[in-house]
Amino acid sequence: MMSGKTGKRILLFIVSLLFLAVFIFPLLMIFLNSMKSRLDIVRDPLGLPTELSFVNYKEAYMTMNFSHALMNSVIVTVLSVALIIVLSAMLAYFLVRWNWKINNYILMILVSSMIIPFQAVMIPFVSIFGELNMLNSKWWLAYFYLGFGLSLATFMYHGFVKGVPKELEEAALIDGAGKFRVFGQVVFPILKPISTTLAILDVLWIWNDFLLPSLVLISEEDRTLPLSTFYFFGKYTSDYGVAMAALVLSIIPVIIFYLFMQKQIIQGVVEGAVK
Amino acid sequence: MYNEKTWLGKLKVFGLFAAVPLFVFFTVVILPFLAGLFMTLTNWTGTGSYEFTGLSNYVVALRDSVFWDSMWLTLKYVLFTLLLTNVLGFGLALLVTSGLRSQNFFRAGFFTPNLIGGIILGFVWQFIFTRVLVYLGTEFNLGIFSSSWLADPGTAFWSLVVVGVWQNAGYMMLIYIAGLTGISASLTEAANLDGASYWKQLTRIRIPLMVPAFTISLFLTLQRSFMVYDTNLSLTRGGPYRSTEMIAMHVYNEAFVYQNYGPGQAKAFVLFLIVALIAILQVRAMKKVEVEA
Repeated sequence: MMSGKTGKRILLFIVSLLFLAVFIFPLLMIFLNSMKSRLDIVRDPLGLPTELSFVNYKEAYMTMNFSHALMNSVIVTVLSVALIIVLSAMLAYFLVRWNWKINNYILMILVSSMIIPFQAVMIPFVSIFGELNMLNSKWWLAYFYLGFGLSLATFMYHGFVKGVPKELEEAALIDGAGKFRVFGQVVFPILKPISTTLAILDVLWIWNDFLLPSLVLISEEDRTLPLSTFYFFGKYTSDYGVAMAALVLSIIPVIIFYLFMQKQIIQGVVEGAVK
Repeated sequence: MYNEKTWLGKLKVFGLFAAVPLFVFFTVVILPFLAGLFMTLTNWTGTGSYEFTGLSNYVVALRDSVFWDSMWLTLKYVLFTLLLTNVLGFGLALLVTSGLRSQNFFRAGFFTPNLIGGIILGFVWQFIFTRVLVYLGTEFNLGIFSSSWLADPGTAFWSLVVVGVWQNAGYMMLIYIAGLTGISASLTEAANLDGASYWKQLTRIRIPLMVPAFTISLFLTLQRSFMVYDTNLSLTRGGPYRSTEMIAMHVYNEAFVYQNYGPGQAKAFVLFLIVALIAILQVRAMKKVEVEA
């Protein structure tokens, strides 16, 4: 009886390991070949590198302007996510606590706008903001992310604020705090769980997004990481070693983020999906 | 809770809490949406003068055989990705909830592709398909890998399916894990005592109790695979010979490569109507599930 159970466990473990090997295989291949010369890669892509060489990394780092692209990605992501979190929370608070008739309509418009796919507004978007000279700037890009991220965030906050008891706020009001301070110091901290979930969902979305920045950021110096990887790869497809090093470089930041925030990321993703 | 008496007071709180986010939302989402609607009914390209052209943009769009080719290709892609992603995702979820000591490690591993952007994933697989698999094919005489999958329209399609499934299966796994761990242990224990086999427990108890998780996952994969763009761009670029151009890329090319703004925007709106229909079906399905549960 006991040995049968252990046998089953070992079998399950081996099956899991096999699946994981298949899953990780492509990423492993990229990593392996990023240390090899072009000739070695063409001859045998599965072979181990003959020596630990970072020549490819150096070249990829320089040519794709990695540190610059990383900085741009960090700025755009952090700024956009901060704007989405703060302004959506404020809007949701307003929609719940002020019992105006129009607030229901505002919420309805926000929620129904969530089904509009980006492609449906992409063409006029480029026409309008191109005409207004608002393309080609990472600061305006954050403005656009706020616009596109607002509805989901407000919707999620709205559901949460409704469940927050009013007594705390009323007590603070009696103590003489203004409405804005009541929101900032009493309500916003209570919203922290939902803020964390939203921050994770939005970081993953904005950090990896390609289509919107590819339309907005045209000049080389403003490119985010996915963009610079894309343009770099177009030029360097045949120089495999350097191209692989570039891919590894652009994957590293996300993996680091994942290593530190694994629990929150997995939890956030599940909560976001169920909503 | 609050109730300002004067108009000035009302205006003040509105300005404080709602004006900025609503203004941004209006300019970024609503304005382009309305302009897009206007574009489909005129020959306007975003600037300058225009004339109303009725529904002619829609007629041009719907008569374009390339559009329909792309639409059918996308539907085929959605069908296979939907099935395979959810079968694999559910299978992985069963595997990593079976009580292995290292199951958290496996969960994290299977979810990893989800964290990486589609553009990068497509490039990763481009290398796998053109170099690694071709090498394996010639070295071990495997017919299916003897030439690059990306060079032939038929296999290029399947390479997109493979990448789509690989990218999303880990995500669906998480949703199925949440569903599986939500089933109360007393139910499965009772079934165990009754001597029900693993297969019977799965099909009679666990799967019926997981209908909400299936509904969520199916619609998520549906939306994601219908609008796929990034991996399409970096893996095949729609090639060879526009044979793997999915609908999102088709709309993009129509506008920004071939400069057909009116018909391109009409196609984008057809896309929007389909997505809206899917969303309405989803809301209905979820409501039904909640009532039954």
